[in-house]
Amino acid sequence: MRLLDFLKGERKKSASVAKERLQIIVAHQRGQRGQPDYMPMLEQELLEVIRRYVQVDQDAISISLDSDNDCSVLELNVTLPNRD
Amino acid sequence: MINNLSGNRKFILAKIIVVTSGKGGVGKTTSAAAIATGLALRGNKTVVIDFDVGLRNLDLIMGCERRVVYDLVNVIQGEAGLNQALIRDKRTENLHILPASQTRDKDALTLEGVEKVLNDLAEDFDYIICDSPAGIERGAQLAMYFADEAVVVTNPEVSSVRDSDRILGLLSSKSRRAEQNRDPVKEHLLITRYNANRVDDGDMLNLEDIREILAIELIGLIPESEAVLRASNQGVPVVHDDKSDAGQAYLDTVARLMGEEVPLRFHAAQKRSLISRMFGGGGRR
Ligand SMILES: Nc1ncnc2c1ncn2[C@@H]1O[C@H](COP(=O)(O)OP(=O)(O)O)[C@@H](O)[C@H]1O
Ligand SMILES: [Mg+2]
Repeated sequence: MRLLDFLKGERKKSASVAKERLQIIVAHQRGQRGQPDYMPMLEQELLEVIRRYVQVDQDAISISLDSDNDCSVLELNVTLPNRD
Repeated sequence: MINNLSGNRKFILAKIIVVTSGKGGVGKTTSAAAIATGLALRGNKTVVIDFDVGLRNLDLIMGCERRVVYDLVNVIQGEAGLNQALIRDKRTENLHILPASQTRDKDALTLEGVEKVLNDLAEDFDYIICDSPAGIERGAQLAMYFADEAVVVTNPEVSSVRDSDRILGLLSSKSRRAEQNRDPVKEHLLITRYNANRVDDGDMLNLEDIREILAIELIGLIPESEAVLRASNQGVPVVHDDKSDAGQAYLDTVARLMGEEVPLRFHAAQKRSLISRMFGGGGRR
């Protein structure tokens, strides 16, 4: 068995890669739960506006809405490309 | 037992259970047929409804395709009564099937229409099992809207687990229970097409990982099994093949749905020789 484990250890097991990917995906999806329905559209349109000025990737933008008792904060994060 | 109390029938609420997944082809219809049949075999008056309008195939899995006259859409549109559309299962007492339409499009279903059908069925049945179409759009949302419990069918595979998580999101926001702020829909994880040998080889997500990622209680584990295709060829739900691994695993699942404690089976890898492990015993590439 030890020889086999050694041989198998050569590469990362695909199931553990799957698990890591899923943990990230699910955390992201759960973060979006309960957000207003307009958020994906808002995100898309903001992205289009930004792209008129700077060339950024589809995933360079993230927005989230946090609310506590008396106010809501819309947080917008845009990763801009490095200036050459 | 409830049958004997038919006078009191109105005071007993049927339990509505949706079998759902988001992703298609993961085993919803197979599971809905097996669970409904299993519940009926245990003496519960059970009806299983095909919500996959346009793509019906529950009738094939239940082996009653030649007896379909009216369907769910006919009932909702007032073209047939519920009793005309319900098909009594030939093999199993206490079991009825309400087929979907093959020709109409899925917009033929309305929320009010579905509610009326479910309310009428609730007077006569103990369990109403709803076989959901794939997707997260209207059809799937209609199938889950009135549910008390949900069986979320998941394969050990990235896209299936992700879609199951999206369905969980919908259950907690777009169901009647959520909208009316009642107790939430009770969510159960049903892992199907599980291959313990591939899990053992590290090439398939194991059940603990899936359970941990989705964070809901496991109601059953159905192995990948030749018995399932055999059952669908014959139009006999796999629980009737009670010698088969999948048949037994579904019967265990039914017992758990009824509140019994049943230990998990079929999760351990078969003992294999070193040679077969190295050369694709579990289909390793
Ligand atoms: N445990 C299992 N083992 C082997 N094949 C399965 C199993 N469960 C489902 N299948 C097969 O997977 C396919 C899709 O199943 P189905 O129940 O129709 O899925 P869905 O309703 O989610 O689209 C069918 O060919 C079925 O026979
Ligand atoms: Mg189906």
